[in-house]
Amino acid sequence: MSTTTASLGTDRVRWLRPTLTVLVAAAVAVGAPFYFAPFQVFQLTMVLLYAVALSGLNLLTGFGGQISLGHGAFFAAGAYTAAVMLDRYDTGHLATLPAAAAGCFLLGLGFGVPALRLRGLYLALVTLSFAVFLPPLLKRLEPVTGGSMGLTVDKLQPPAWSGLAEDQWMYFVVLAVTAVALLLARNLLRSRAGRALLAVRDNESAAEVMGVRLSLHKTLAFAWSAMFAGVAGCLYTWVIGFVSPDSFSFVLSITLLAGLVVGGLGSLYGPLLGAAFVMYVPSVSQDVSEAAPGVVFGLLIITVMFVAPTGLAGLPGRVLGAVARRPPRTTAARDRTPEAESAPGAEPEYQALSGPSETHAPADPAVVDAEPVGAPPRTEKE
Amino acid sequence: MRKTTALRAAAAATAALLTATACGSQRGQDAQDTAAGGACKGQQTTGITDKTIKLGGIYPLSGPASAYGTISKGVAAYFSHVNDKGGIDGRKVEFVVRDDGYQPPKAVEEARRLVEQEKVFAVFQTLGTPSTAAVWDYLNKQKVPQPFVATGASAWGTGDQHPWTIGWQPNYVAEARVYAKYLKDARPKAEVAVLYQNDDFGKDLLGGFKKAVAGSGVKVVAEESYEVTDPSVSAQMASLARSKADVLLDVTTPKFGSQALAADAKNTKWNPLHIVNNVASSAAVLEPVGFKNVQGVVSATYFKDPADPQWAADPEMKAYKDALHEYAPDADPDNQFNAYGWAVASSLHQALDAMKCPTREGLRDAVRSLKDVKVGMLLPGVTMSTGHGDAFPLETMRLMRFKGERWQLFGKPVDTRKEFGPTAK
Repeated sequence: MSTTTASLGTDRVRWLRPTLTVLVAAAVAVGAPFYFAPFQVFQLTMVLLYAVALSGLNLLTGFGGQISLGHGAFFAAGAYTAAVMLDRYDTGHLATLPAAAAGCFLLGLGFGVPALRLRGLYLALVTLSFAVFLPPLLKRLEPVTGGSMGLTVDKLQPPAWSGLAEDQWMYFVVLAVTAVALLLARNLLRSRAGRALLAVRDNESAAEVMGVRLSLHKTLAFAWSAMFAGVAGCLYTWVIGFVSPDSFSFVLSITLLAGLVVGGLGSLYGPLLGAAFVMYVPSVSQDVSEAAPGVVFGLLIITVMFVAPTGLAGLPGRVLGAVARRPPRTTAARDRTPEAESAPGAEPEYQALSGPSETHAPADPAVVDAEPVGAPPRTEKE
Repeated sequence: MRKTTALRAAAAATAALLTATACGSQRGQDAQDTAAGGACKGQQTTGITDKTIKLGGIYPLSGPASAYGTISKGVAAYFSHVNDKGGIDGRKVEFVVRDDGYQPPKAVEEARRLVEQEKVFAVFQTLGTPSTAAVWDYLNKQKVPQPFVATGASAWGTGDQHPWTIGWQPNYVAEARVYAKYLKDARPKAEVAVLYQNDDFGKDLLGGFKKAVAGSGVKVVAEESYEVTDPSVSAQMASLARSKADVLLDVTTPKFGSQALAADAKNTKWNPLHIVNNVASSAAVLEPVGFKNVQGVVSATYFKDPADPQWAADPEMKAYKDALHEYAPDADPDNQFNAYGWAVASSLHQALDAMKCPTREGLRDAVRSLKDVKVGMLLPGVTMSTGHGDAFPLETMRLMRFKGERWQLFGKPVDTRKEFGPTAK
């Protein structure tokens, strides 16, 4: 197995450098709202918020190997939970976060049941139907949801003692929630549940033989993932202060999945890169071409997938690997531990999007078993 | 392992920040400019100088509602045309268009960009009810004028929480009143069947209609709603036909308008007077149904249809078509949305001319004290008026009937203010 960090050096260096980088990253993150204009702080807040949703989707798709096209709906459920609580019951902002998280966790648990029987594209279709049917439902439930006019709620206001502007306070709150969420995702994957999830993704039968309870872990993966999306939705309500059914069309679900794939499936910080991509690239592409921003956006996604099939997160590894060894074929550098895998995921996803392997699934279920979405590419014969 | 993870996390954070830095300005530079002295002392002059005025607009250039995006071309053509003639009161207009893809969160982002980064004088037009509702709290808190939003919901003028926002086109309640007035006069005993879109637009119009006919001989005997996501309205039309009503009020958006007209034409046993609302009255809706099938259909309008030959010699229409050829050669001059953009931009021109102070406060007050202002692109007899307790510039419409291959105006302009009093929620 190859590694890009061949020279790890002494133990001291080994611990000093990560500590330093974490400190620098924290300092940059904390300093940003004092440096940038309010509008840019708002954009960064949105990036963090989408990163929470993407890291949830990453648990399911990147590490669990199941595709969901319905995460926009879980996002919407979280957003509406917060908005309705604020609007109708005046509960205060903090109370909405656990409610949205718990509500979406249960919702995800319910939706995890079809995940037991379906997989791959079939599961994707079921979840897509959820995303398609939620906005009309929200419009029908007018007494609660405000119908198609949506609900306008108070944004998060900074407390007087902080001395911060509204956008700075929101940024810090969202930053804190994001940090906790990303840490939770990381620790979750290092736990028993995470290892079970990876085992299920790589080979269901083998995992079952090893004593992993398939039903429990597949359903739980869905529930955790929905909970992250719900938390992101709740933050969205805090930041935007307005929800309407049209904000959560199924395009949102597709954008989330695209963002994740571009950022890097199965990588812990891929969601951050994906969120930045989703947030910034549409406006950049409008600057490039005012007539057809969508075309430029699409071309950029294709370019990224072509240059970095493992997503943006896998790009440094690929470049380093190529420079270091100039190997004949598989340049994808793979780290040794499951939680730091950067290469896996993208290549099968690539196939799922363009290749025929997934479409064979009904005729030959073994193919699905052999190439689960998000699994490491099987380049060597075993 | 831990090392690389942290390293990459740091790299990710830095990359995100660098992207943001590339976009320019920093905190602390956003102090508001204010007028120096005189009667306008202390008012905001951000985005306006003696030589320039900067406006921003948010339109769906992409996404499901991108057909409306062309309105921005009509607006931009008008401003280019005016700039070539010396500008508005000597000020050249700079018009910044941003795309929100009809998504409210994107609209919020773009509104913040226009206000905080582009430092526009006013956000002239946000399109669609969701996008407008998403940004109006922010703009009112920032005290940035949001004149003439491109949506007909009555919410923009009924409350007093948002003095910086104002609509333009006749709101749906006003339009409903025009039809109610017509039926009360022409068919005092009419039984009305209503097909409406189940959202704010449909409900606003239906609610306004019911209120306006209350107490008269005109009765709503059947109503059916559909969702924007429905494939067709044929089931609803069949059930409305069973009511045997003698008038059909068709409150739909273009796609469903065509379907309803076609269903009505196909059903030879039921021949009600078909009233189609303004949104679905364009030639693009009627043509696929076949002109011979839509004879006698009634609708209402307020600005000149560029495809109508009766305005061919109209000086304003000529100026519009010439300007569009020159500044937006790829835009279709016969498209009503372009003419709409032109009409609303020239309305803003009038409002800017009427400002007492060249400030944001000046514009806010000017759009709320318009007195019978004539705009070239609007139909004769249709003028803009606002005042204390009336935040709807246009509330007059004219009825039209489809004859031959085009709409023909009939009757006098209907001023719903005079007929029904101010629009209330």
